Amino acid sequence: MSGGSYYVPASSKWPIFAGLALAAMLVGLGILLVYGWGSWIMGLGGVAILVVMGLWFRDVIKESRGGLYDAQMDRSFRWGMGWFIFSEVMFFAAFFGTLFYVRTFALPWLDGEGAKGVSALLWPDFAASWPLMNPPGSEIEGPRGIANPWQLPLVNTLFLVTSSITLTIAHEGLKAGHRDSARNCLIVTLILGVCFLLVQGFEYYEAYAHLGITLQAGIYGSTFFLLTGFHGAHVTVGAIILASMLWRLQCGHFERDNHFGFEAAAWYWHFVDVVWIGLFLFVYVF
Amino acid sequence: MAPKLPPKAPLEHGNSITGGASAHEGEHHYRSGPLRWLLTTNHKEIGTLYLIFSLSMFMVGGIMALVVRLELFQPGLQMVQPEFFNQMTTMHGLIMIFGAVMPGFVGLANWMVPLQVGAPDMALPRLNNFSFWLLPIAFVLLLSTLLMPGGGPNFGWTSYAPLSTTYAPPSTTFFIFSLHMAGISSILGAINIIATILNLRAPGMRLMDMTLFVWTWLITAFLLIAVMPVLAGVLTMMLLDINFGTSFFNAAGGGDPVLFQHLFWFFGHPEVYIMILPAFGIVSVIVPTFARKPLFGYSSMVYATASIAVLSFTVWAHHMFSVGLPLVAELFFMYATMLIAVPTGVKVFNWIATLFRGSITFETAMLFALAFIVLFSIGGFSGLMLAIAPADFQYHDTYFVVAHFHYVLVPGAVFSIMAAVYYWLPKWTGHYPDERLGRWHFWLSVIGVNLLFFPMHFAGLAGMPRRIPDYALQFADFNMASSIGGFLFGFSQLLFIWVIVKCVRGGVKAPARSWDGATDLEWTVPSPAPLHTFETPPDMRRIES
Amino acid sequence: MRKVLVLAVMVVAIAGLQRNALASDWNMPVGVTEISRSVYSLHMLIFWICVVIGVVVFGAMFYSLFRYRRSKGAKAAHFHEHTTVEVFWTTIPLLILVAMAVPATATLKEMYDTSESDLDVLITGHQWRWQYEYLGEGVSFFSNLSTPSAQIEGEAPKDEHYLLEVDQPLVLPVDRKVRFLTTSADVIHSWWVPAFAVKKDAMPGFINEAWTRIEEPGIYRGQCAELCGRNHGFMPVVVHAMEQDDFDAWLAERKQQAASAANSVDREWKMDELMAQGEKVYSTICAACHQAEGQGLPPTFPALAGNQALMDDLEKHIGVVLNGVSETAMPAFSGTLNPVDIAAVITYERNAWGNETGDVIQPSDIQARLSSE
Ligand code: HEA
Ligand code: HEA
Ligand code: HEC
Ligand code: CUA
Ligand SMILES: [Cu+2]
Repeated sequence: MSGGSYYVPASSKWPIFAGLALAAMLVGLGILLVYGWGSWIMGLGGVAILVVMGLWFRDVIKESRGGLYDAQMDRSFRWGMGWFIFSEVMFFAAFFGTLFYVRTFALPWLDGEGAKGVSALLWPDFAASWPLMNPPGSEIEGPRGIANPWQLPLVNTLFLVTSSITLTIAHEGLKAGHRDSARNCLIVTLILGVCFLLVQGFEYYEAYAHLGITLQAGIYGSTFFLLTGFHGAHVTVGAIILASMLWRLQCGHFERDNHFGFEAAAWYWHFVDVVWIGLFLFVYVF
Repeated sequence: MAPKLPPKAPLEHGNSITGGASAHEGEHHYRSGPLRWLLTTNHKEIGTLYLIFSLSMFMVGGIMALVVRLELFQPGLQMVQPEFFNQMTTMHGLIMIFGAVMPGFVGLANWMVPLQVGAPDMALPRLNNFSFWLLPIAFVLLLSTLLMPGGGPNFGWTSYAPLSTTYAPPSTTFFIFSLHMAGISSILGAINIIATILNLRAPGMRLMDMTLFVWTWLITAFLLIAVMPVLAGVLTMMLLDINFGTSFFNAAGGGDPVLFQHLFWFFGHPEVYIMILPAFGIVSVIVPTFARKPLFGYSSMVYATASIAVLSFTVWAHHMFSVGLPLVAELFFMYATMLIAVPTGVKVFNWIATLFRGSITFETAMLFALAFIVLFSIGGFSGLMLAIAPADFQYHDTYFVVAHFHYVLVPGAVFSIMAAVYYWLPKWTGHYPDERLGRWHFWLSVIGVNLLFFPMHFAGLAGMPRRIPDYALQFADFNMASSIGGFLFGFSQLLFIWVIVKCVRGGVKAPARSWDGATDLEWTVPSPAPLHTFETPPDMRRIES
Repeated sequence: MRKVLVLAVMVVAIAGLQRNALASDWNMPVGVTEISRSVYSLHMLIFWICVVIGVVVFGAMFYSLFRYRRSKGAKAAHFHEHTTVEVFWTTIPLLILVAMAVPATATLKEMYDTSESDLDVLITGHQWRWQYEYLGEGVSFFSNLSTPSAQIEGEAPKDEHYLLEVDQPLVLPVDRKVRFLTTSADVIHSWWVPAFAVKKDAMPGFINEAWTRIEEPGIYRGQCAELCGRNHGFMPVVVHAMEQDDFDAWLAERKQQAASAANSVDREWKMDELMAQGEKVYSTICAACHQAEGQGLPPTFPALAGNQALMDDLEKHIGVVLNGVSETAMPAFSGTLNPVDIAAVITYERNAWGNETGDVIQPSDIQARLSSE
């Protein structure tokens, strides 16, 4: 602990702008969903969020590079990022919980097994299976086929796992002062991330165009897109963060022993990677 | 408990500089313009903003409750139509929980946690400002749903699907987004509090030296970070079911409406402890002060709080006893729920042991804290009754439940916030609150609150379901009593506002240590606490003897 | 002190009223089944345990408050720790809880044993009425609130069973194990009769089980116990329990009626007959959403009066009523109303409140459509 050098910024206009931007984006999205217009409000809000975040972080970077932050401040950032990732873990936990619940409880019950098996009286023709191709209600059309986990999803797994490795190498490089190798590995990481997203996009296209896996295709499609969709969104955010780290690296930021921005980005990327492993296992393989 | 040591150096305002530019910029910005409150990063100002926001939401939510009570004054439909009644019930629950009680506690944390751990501010001051300003934005959006076509949310604060999805008014999408924002605010606020407590304690202050208020907030913040994302997740699933045709809560697609409830209550139950743990902390600092005796069983209080937090993750389905869970699940959740009475009991017993052989005075803060102990326990007892699954089949969704949770929430959580306000007003304003008015406020509130909520036990046992705008004749007397109590309690809060305004504007000057029994760190800084305190942290290292 | 008084008053009130005929007005009803009696005694057991703990704990607290006032010169002691007492007041409550858990577990197991029933009733919740189907007997009907709206609006005096009365109660035999299968056609409802200690949620798409064995003939009243929309408060449950013989006779009569209703589908119905029948169906079923005068509650519930688009499109009208509108509150009525009622209500809607299409829809046409689908 330190004595008297904890930096307290005087005031800042970014937080309230960030709040308003977030509100604009969400309200815009709401209007779009409910009344069918408002996409421009949403878009404006989204852009505003990026801009404000950029400016906000610019201040932080400036202060950090201006030597205003001490070791204690660095710890505050670490705790902050750590707990933020924990909150993300819980967010995904809810979705994995959904998947497990549906597979182990709801579907068997609807098929007449287990404690609430009488429910099958309502769905005489239903047979539980996973992936669920024939949902109980006749008005809901299930998927026609599913993706083979050992093709594209496996490739994607390799992309992400490799990218975590290259990112670690980049980090080690930074710590050792090898900025060029750090930069190169970071670029590779980014490329792998983008490849992942492209493959994921292609998978979505396949799902909608050929396999009939849609959001409306019953619980299989619902959980599939819920989990992969939010994961994909996180990869996208992670890639944006990594890209800005690359930019900062280019600008000569980060010291060998002081580069928490980079580390935070790496934590986030590893977290996203671990979530994918869970997804690969429970959404695709088992 | 480790004895509290006074900091070695006398603590004066402005006896050091903050990092580099900030001191200068600070001076500059604080004087300039009306934007000050919008842009502030100061924990005391943000704390004040939270408290003002909480009080305003308490009024809004309270007035909605009074609409409910007005309609229920007599059998028959008089004032409002059922759909509006349902919106009032729902909004009342949401606003009181997310708008009044939680921000109230966060405001207290903002003010007092840095002062009690000897920190110059919160760990992440800009984030702190963001957390606060999300709230008014979120609640403006939430309240605006009432004006949208089809009305606002009308499915209860619990938002059970499919009433809240397929059968919900169009404004539900906006309701979801507003809670998303409130949730982000809570998560970020909690992260800030944890980082402050773990990282900004004064040198030498160990975890087991912290006040119980700080301890309970540390654990509360953990709960918040663990469960608010689950709420965000389940709300997102609602959004998808409403707008994108997914089947999470629809059996025809292979989903299950009960899944909604599992996810909701996985959040919802820890949520109720989020609203009571800081209250325990407040009572645990007020009681020793006015009993002039150190808190009894400090470490067992800490462990009890932690056990409550851990157990709170394993009891959620006690809200779902009648949804048709398998027998084993029913038994598990019943036992786990009952267990929570043990650590809670430990707290109650320790408070009483603290009073025992003390030297007790009854300032308003103490009165509220004492009423808390008794009335919260009564609410806890009815909670225990609800925990008995076979009996809950009779209680569930009746006014017995309404009585239970108002006892723990109103003379529980809300009284603790009031106690805290009376306790810390001298530190905030430099003046003592008016004791005479305070006592009036207290006694009217206690009488009002009991008249309001006690008869609900009887109404519930006699079979009155909750969330109904009209009722059978045998419930008439109980409801009339409740409504009268409601108005008494509600209008008594005008006194509260008066006390606060009066205290801000003047009154008997308070010294740094405003209460003679108070020993915590915040009483070493002047009253009113200057904008910047502990810029040089107090040295809390113990002197080896 | 006040709080002790409040508590004492409450104890006396409840103790006194227990022996009183009014008991059920203040306390949980004892009920008319073995289970409901077990639940009642569990309730009283926990209640008294809490009272005793409350008296001891608050007693100690008020003693301290009274005895150690500074105004009476009390000097504060300084002890602040004692491991033995902590252990003591952790274990004692634990033991008390175990003592409560044992009988609770037994009762719960009993409640969950739905095997070997004598009669199965499928209970379906609808917004906002109950439907009862005697499984295997071919008897099924709706049970609607029968309190007139004049009483609700305060234009007429409220009678004794205000809001707790229905047009057709569920009829059950006494001394038989009756199994309830609860489900819902729309949102979650909850079927509750306090006198049986049965409360089971009705979940759309799933079935829950519960059971009862009523010991005394009589009329038992309860209410829907899960918020289910605007008329949640107007969805009572009434059970008429009777001796087995009476029940058999009642059931036979209902079967008879069902058969004759089927016959009447084939005959030609006149406009005024259909209008009369249609008005009845409309006011008990459709008015809850589309309102008494067909004005609806836009935007959620569309108006039917003056709804020109609908009046121009008879096919759509019939289709919507038969099949509902998915993803909205509008239910499909093909499975829940008989062809006569459907024909009647459509005829009514097309000729009431200023709608003047003159269309007469025959039950036989509806019947034909149903069998062709
Ligand atoms: C601050 C909020 C708060 C708190 C602290 C509690 C505390 C408890 N609650 Fe409560 N509860 C709510 C808020 C809260 N609750 C809300 C809002 C709802 C309704 C939500 C909704 O549906 O809208 C609810 C509903 C609710 C239900 C569901 C009822 C139903 O819908 O059917 C249940 C069931 O088990 C329950 C149980 C408990 C228990 C066992 C405790 C325990 O923690 C209480 C422990 C305390 C004591 C027991 C007293 C002190 C102890 C002693 C003096 C020791 C000795 C005692 C014994 C051994 C008996 N609560
Ligand atoms: C912390 C939370 C909290 C608090 C403080 C309260 C406070 C009150 N609640 Fe609360 N209540 C809930 C949380 C809370 N409630 C929840 C979660 C539900 C469930 C919702 C659901 O079913 O979904 C509920 C449901 C609920 C119901 C059941 C509704 C139903 O089932 O249909 C009722 C009925 O009486 C009620 C009444 C009251 C009253 C009269 C107060 C009073 O204590 C309020 C008094 C306060 C004021 C009146 C404001 C302050 C007054 C002034 C500043 C003076 C100016 C005022 C005037 C001009 C009048 N509440
Ligand atoms: C639980 C509520 C509810 C009940 C009960 C109900 N309806 Fe509806 N009804 C709706 C809703 C909601 C819609 C709007 C559907 C939509 O959005 O297209 C609707 C639409 C309709 C329409 C189509 C109107 C139009 O303009 O397209 C007709 C006709 C109709 N209902 C007839 C009936 C009849 C006849 C009954 C009773 C036998 C009935 N409804 C009972 C909720 C209900
Ligand atoms: Cu049906 Cu409430
Ligand atoms: Cu709970």
